[in-house]
Amino acid sequence: MADGTQHPVDTSPKVADEVRCTTCYMCACRCGINVHIRGDAEGRPRVRYIEGNRRHPVNRGVLCAKGSAGIMNQYSPARLMKPLRRTGPRGSGEFEEISWEEALELAVSWLDPIRERDPKELAFFTGRDQSQSLTSWWAQGFGTPNYAAHGGFCSVNMAAGGIYTLGGAFWEFGAPDWERTRLFMIFGVAEDHDSNPIKIGMGEVKKRGGRVIGVNPVRTGYNAIADEWVGITPGTDGLFVLALAHELIRTGNVDVDYLIRYTNAPWIVNRNADAKFGLFVRDRNGKPMVWDRATGQAQPYDAPGLKPELKGDFPNPDGGRCTPVFELMARKYLEPDCAPDAVAERCGIEAARIRRIAADLARTAFEEEVVIERPWTDFRGERHERMVGRPVSFHAMRGISAHSNGFQTCRALHVLQLLLGSVECPGGFRFKPPYPKPVEAHPTPHSLAVPNAPLGGPHLGFPRSPDDLALDDDGRPARIDKAFSWEAPLATHGMMHMVISNAHSRDPYPIDTLFLYMANMAWNSSMNTEGVLEMLSDTDEDGEYRIPHIIYSDAYSSEMVAYSDLVLPDATYLERHDCISLLDRPISEPDTAADAIRWPVVDPATQAEGRDVRGFQSVLIELGARLGLPGMVDDDGKPRFRDYADYMVNHQRRPGVGPLAGWRGDGTAHGRGKPNPDQLDRYIENGGFWTAPVPEEAQFFKPFNAAYQDWAVEMGFFDKPFPYVFQIYSEPLRTFQLAAEGHGERQPPEHLRAQIRRAFDPLPVWWEPFEQAAVDVAEYPLHAITQRPMAMYHAWHSQNAWLRQIHTENPLYVPRTVMRDAGLEDGDWAWLTSHHGRIRVPVRGMDAVNSHTVWTWNAIGKRRGAWALEPAAPEYRRGFLMNHLIHELLPPKGDGLRWANSDPVTGQAAWYDLRVRIEKAEPAETSAPEVAAQRSPVAPPPAEVAWGADWTKTQTGGDGSDR
Amino acid sequence: MSTLPGPTPKKLGLVIDLDICVGCHACAVSCKEWNTGGYGAPLSDQDAYGGDPGGAWLNRIHSFEVEPDDGPAQIVHFPKSCLHCEDAPCVTVCPTGASFKRADDGIVLVDEDTCFGCGLCAWACPYGARELDRRAGVMKKCTLCVDRIYNDNIPEEDRVPACVRACPTGARYFGDLADPDSEASRVVQERGGFDLMPEQATKPVNKYLPPRPKDRPLREGPGDLAALAEPEARGFLGWLDRALERLG
Repeated sequence: MADGTQHPVDTSPKVADEVRCTTCYMCACRCGINVHIRGDAEGRPRVRYIEGNRRHPVNRGVLCAKGSAGIMNQYSPARLMKPLRRTGPRGSGEFEEISWEEALELAVSWLDPIRERDPKELAFFTGRDQSQSLTSWWAQGFGTPNYAAHGGFCSVNMAAGGIYTLGGAFWEFGAPDWERTRLFMIFGVAEDHDSNPIKIGMGEVKKRGGRVIGVNPVRTGYNAIADEWVGITPGTDGLFVLALAHELIRTGNVDVDYLIRYTNAPWIVNRNADAKFGLFVRDRNGKPMVWDRATGQAQPYDAPGLKPELKGDFPNPDGGRCTPVFELMARKYLEPDCAPDAVAERCGIEAARIRRIAADLARTAFEEEVVIERPWTDFRGERHERMVGRPVSFHAMRGISAHSNGFQTCRALHVLQLLLGSVECPGGFRFKPPYPKPVEAHPTPHSLAVPNAPLGGPHLGFPRSPDDLALDDDGRPARIDKAFSWEAPLATHGMMHMVISNAHSRDPYPIDTLFLYMANMAWNSSMNTEGVLEMLSDTDEDGEYRIPHIIYSDAYSSEMVAYSDLVLPDATYLERHDCISLLDRPISEPDTAADAIRWPVVDPATQAEGRDVRGFQSVLIELGARLGLPGMVDDDGKPRFRDYADYMVNHQRRPGVGPLAGWRGDGTAHGRGKPNPDQLDRYIENGGFWTAPVPEEAQFFKPFNAAYQDWAVEMGFFDKPFPYVFQIYSEPLRTFQLAAEGHGERQPPEHLRAQIRRAFDPLPVWWEPFEQAAVDVAEYPLHAITQRPMAMYHAWHSQNAWLRQIHTENPLYVPRTVMRDAGLEDGDWAWLTSHHGRIRVPVRGMDAVNSHTVWTWNAIGKRRGAWALEPAAPEYRRGFLMNHLIHELLPPKGDGLRWANSDPVTGQAAWYDLRVRIEKAEPAETSAPEVAAQRSPVAPPPAEVAWGADWTKTQTGGDGSDR
Repeated sequence: MSTLPGPTPKKLGLVIDLDICVGCHACAVSCKEWNTGGYGAPLSDQDAYGGDPGGAWLNRIHSFEVEPDDGPAQIVHFPKSCLHCEDAPCVTVCPTGASFKRADDGIVLVDEDTCFGCGLCAWACPYGARELDRRAGVMKKCTLCVDRIYNDNIPEEDRVPACVRACPTGARYFGDLADPDSEASRVVQERGGFDLMPEQATKPVNKYLPPRPKDRPLREGPGDLAALAEPEARGFLGWLDRALERLG
């Protein structure tokens, strides 16, 4: 028989007992997943298969490697089993298991006195969690100003640069119009940022014949499939972008109509040398003005029918002279120092190529105009018969933001988009509801700690001027991380990377308890990892730890666990409630508002013997109730919420507006409505998410589109329409510059005056990255950067049994020219040295990389004993962290001051400013430094995994099914 | 020895677009998770948390650095699994008849009841597309998700191989390569789809679509905006006055 009929094949086997739809959490992208659940041999529910949810707005059915590997995280041997109390010294990993009651009482015994005494002695920081709307509300109720999430060491420059310029930024705030864009330019995006949406989009653009330009020192991942690769020198993106702007302005290839209507390009700026120099000229109602050609007068910018000037010198209605923003911008960027010839060498891009890319951008934008025949009305009341767009779109992330010049580089990129008229138009970059949202619609920071009282408002916000800084009466930083101080005035995400260092130095003050969630600050999430480990375990003369108490919640046996005094074991993402809220980091798409839930698709009690874990958010709510925090107890002092699920349904931030927007009231209300006790059931029936389509007329030009503004109010994003125009020239920045020039009550300290003066330019500028400017570049001739690989994006999952077969170690990738000069061959070991330290690493040659840059994968290397790996694991031996070379402070300047290795505007950690040199090392067995092992608080791992043995034809004995 | 069925009425297979494959491993891991609980024995992993972890995979992604004569170095990602060859040497070499090619749809499978893991098929396959499961001692290979594509227990739209279902960039097409009107055949036709190592004469059913040329200018013609600018532009932003006039 040759047809195979003698081999019966069951082509229609049973797949699952049940399919439950929830939200992935193997990274922060929050894709919809269909979790197939099937009983094992004993009938216990086990995850058989996870696939993408086709109806979900984020991933539309597809799923990345990590999402599919979720099974191996769900059954990982590194899962924590019970609450732990430290018994050995910090860092040893010696713990005893305790009950939840003991754990919660221990936490209360530390936290309650703090709240009575001085709430700022608690520092509560969370990592890549997505429950910031809950955690910030809790911290506000506690009364500590010391709260933030991980944004400060991630991409706050991108978020802040976007909000201050456009009222939104990339990723969660907006996306390219994938359907219509013709030229997509992607800057500094790691292999797998915004994982599935970008992959889906790039696939679509390329299949349609569109062009992708990748700007990145390393040509892997997205940059590998870019039609053109620009292997830029790290830290010079701002120069490159401003040179593109120079070319466009010089040759008149800018969208003048768009700039006049939708940006502040025509707004007139006071040019009198007084305390208002550089501020907008405003009318009696405070409205910025333009110079109207028709009337020959200054008029409020939003009046209908104006013909504003873009250049010229006009009489300021308040006396003296004024000039439109556009002229100030054009003069600045037409300077020879912005010309392609002036920047080519530093950027590592030929001048002719910069000119050609500018031409590609201009010709695509202006010769391939996209028109949608759909009328709409703008906020001035003018009706437009059609929607006209520029099919050029950008995306950017950490590669340009994680530099000490990142904020202004992000602003420069947005200004380039505005010159092309390609924001919020068909074919361009589009916002996702509830964005766009201008600075004025965001809160300002609050920081006054009062015993036994909540904070006066949200911790994080967007300062409009120095008046909004978080300073105490003496002008010192009010927050432990010094966010919103003169060192980092617009630190809108806080500065998590400075918390441990500052708490250890007691600068600006000591704290009592450090409370962390899902942030591996004792390893890959900290700069200067070895230094941080010392700080965490350092003691005073009296033998007490300098940071007296550390509470940590994590689902796995991470490095941070070993440095904690009390460990609260979290449930996995398949075992707990969560809410992906419009009040937090939303998952909307440009045409759809959306939010989502997680829910226990499997019960944690059934997933391993003897495991007693709880979802952190529910634990936080219980802690809040035990502490009697406002909003968390009722008038009788009884807990107001049973758990996080109860909070998700019944908490109201404003009347009718809660964590979840779908199925409110009687189940038919969306956006606004009373709490609906059946709300979570509706979410589950709908696949775990909710969507509301943006009305067609409202889908583009959102900040200025009257129909969008009305819809946003209806949905509860705003309480009144909030139209605005994009801010090429940023007046809030200018107010800080004025302070540095000596104007105003609040003055920066003398040592920061010059830095503020330079960094707060109201028009985007570039400066040399701080570390590079501080060291001898001849001694440290190379740039060193890191990224996460696609299969491990946004997490520490090299522990995952399947994913670690893809990456178990991380070589340093070195340009082959550098390899030759250093006498290195593939597989050799090398010393990599920075101003701060040196590490020994395995090397591998590569040509698809900027010729002055070395790089590696981040967070593959593990501390011995962590993550339930065997002692021989390559992650321990051949994995390494670049973090050891990066200090949270700049090299000492001899002034006795601690200068943060951060962006001076936002405090963003400048990871990618690192400069190094490379030398051949003697043959070695392990990377260095070798941090001593921690004891594992969990059982040793199994030798073999054979997932699915319960459901398949098993050829041999043995039970590999339950690990 | 097994014999091949001769030309099959259907030639089910994959078409993989190397122009948009980002090398993310989504297809490989989705394949692993579906098949470890599906056809035959689990795809087991040895030393799973130890010093030399390894296991059986039906699809692996290889990445190559290539250096063209006229441009900068490039990275090409290359997913590889069984190509379901028409003249499959892995079938004819099998001593027990465990390896077979289905007569109706051309899928090449291993009957694990009769496979004893001798490895001859892996040796015969020029593509290295078969892996021995060390726990079960049987040969593992891509089944084209034969337990998905005809499975009445899953929605019709999902009756495609797990790798195709998962691929985020849409770089994988599944279809009947014997049908010239199938989407898979059409993209092969339009994009110059090619056989992997045709000199091996195995007549692979799976095809690859080549990467488009890279690092070429977007258009012919002047690469400088100055050449496109209006010739009489004078002074500071001379073009601006006329731009404003045009707006009216």
